[in-house]
Amino acid sequence: MSRGRVALALLFAALAVFPAFAGPYALSVATLVLYFAYTGQAWNVMMGFAGQLSLGHSLYVGVGAYAAGAIFFHYGIGPWAGLWVAILLCVALGVLIGFLAFRFGISGVYFALLTIAFAEFTRIGFDHLDWVGGPGGMFLRVAQRDTWDIANFRGPPLMYYYVILALASLALLLCHFLLKSRAGYYWQAIRENEEAAQALGINTFRWKVCAVALSSAMTAVAGVFFAFYYNNLFPEQIFNISRSIEIILGPIIGGLGTLFGPILGAAVLTLLSDGITELLAALGWEIPGVKQVFYGVVLLVVVMFLPHGIWPALARRLKLDA
Amino acid sequence: MLEVRNISKSFRGLRAVRDASFAIPEGGINGLIGPNGAGKTTIFNIIAGVYAPDSGGIDFNGNPIHGLRPDQICAAGIGRTFQIVKPFAGLSVLDNVIVGALHRERSVASARAYAVSILEKLRLAPKRDLPAASLTLPDRKRLEVARALATRPRLLLLDEVMAGLRPTECDEMVEVFRSLNRSEGLTILLIEHVMRAVMALAGHIGVLHHGEVIARGTPAEVVRNPAVLECYLGEETQV
Repeated sequence: MSRGRVALALLFAALAVFPAFAGPYALSVATLVLYFAYTGQAWNVMMGFAGQLSLGHSLYVGVGAYAAGAIFFHYGIGPWAGLWVAILLCVALGVLIGFLAFRFGISGVYFALLTIAFAEFTRIGFDHLDWVGGPGGMFLRVAQRDTWDIANFRGPPLMYYYVILALASLALLLCHFLLKSRAGYYWQAIRENEEAAQALGINTFRWKVCAVALSSAMTAVAGVFFAFYYNNLFPEQIFNISRSIEIILGPIIGGLGTLFGPILGAAVLTLLSDGITELLAALGWEIPGVKQVFYGVVLLVVVMFLPHGIWPALARRLKLDA
Repeated sequence: MLEVRNISKSFRGLRAVRDASFAIPEGGINGLIGPNGAGKTTIFNIIAGVYAPDSGGIDFNGNPIHGLRPDQICAAGIGRTFQIVKPFAGLSVLDNVIVGALHRERSVASARAYAVSILEKLRLAPKRDLPAASLTLPDRKRLEVARALATRPRLLLLDEVMAGLRPTECDEMVEVFRSLNRSEGLTILLIEHVMRAVMALAGHIGVLHHGEVIARGTPAEVVRNPAVLECYLGEETQV
């Protein structure tokens, strides 16, 4: 077993027993880290692997959350069924965006703008959709926080922690196998040089749409988790562009296109920003926007000194190349 | 094998290719030469599916291929290199070639094995684990050829693959193409500026000037053709 695998096994074991030693606050921070590790991994499939920049991933989180949330809210049907509706809707949206963009040769920043546009007009659409509460939001029934109701995905924070840990681990495994597969080779070829990829017989349109579909499906699952973890959904918040930015900062800072970049980036950002919030609270200062300034500074420093992200440099230093 | 019939292509009123026709028999090495701006790369890109011709047609083994996408052209059995090399810079040399090999191989493992054999043929095997970005220009040109070969083409289009190579490197490359042509019956169409390579390799040459085919024949015939001497070779020999 390589050093990398041993380290990964240790990390997984540590995360598995972590709740035994953690208080409620630490558990909620760890849940958040894993949530961003998972969504970062999902976004990384599109940008890190296939080179297609999405700045509107909040679209899939939001639609996924609202789909499963509304089915539960209105019909009392649990998220295990709603999940598939969420995935189906998000894949349909992703394929639509991909189809429009790639068929008409929209790429690069223009593609990114298109993803923002879709997230924005979906937000405005949900503001006017009374069925899910409009701008007033939708609130899921919270009951019996101490028993594990797996069927309805209701339970104590510990349950959510283990579910998101499982999701993040599965996403890591999936991406690991994807990178070594035909899809991984084709996506990376498209990312590096689309024209050359096409000359080697790759149907670039089809593979790019595949990347968007997979990324949106994975992100839809994150949305379902979000709905049942937070229990309240507001279009203004969930579709906000700052939500999309939060998702992408982890993989960028951790290392685009790498397997562990999204995980490391999520950990660094969440822990440091929560640390700063804590520190300021302890000092009794209240400075609005400090989190955003912090993100800006971290991004600046990483881009300047570690343009490929923290993970590649760290892996080289620790000889962790898995 | 390849038949180009009266193709024309204009870009914003500029006639890059006018009514060009030529045929490439199976198994040969063919050259297409001409001064800068003669339309060589345009013809090349039309064959490779980057552009559709405004008029005329192209048959490959009797099937029309004009208007197909580049990936469909590749699937039909035509491989190409780029004049300005386009390596997958962030991937290793081996991974670059695996991408090509996956086109006909069923699994990544078999694609890897085939890619290694191609790299050995092109003497790139010692550099297989380096990132493509770290290669020198001659190696990048070789990588272009390796990647295209990995898709198992029956016709290989080489766009100025010798340009920028030193004479000895050029001769090495010539040897590689000769042996591919001899041992595997690969048909080759070279677009070249470097006369040394074309003269050494090609059994048949077409000369392009202002988008028109002005001469055809063996290298010996072509260099004696007054029209060719005037437009192209004359200028070079005076330098």
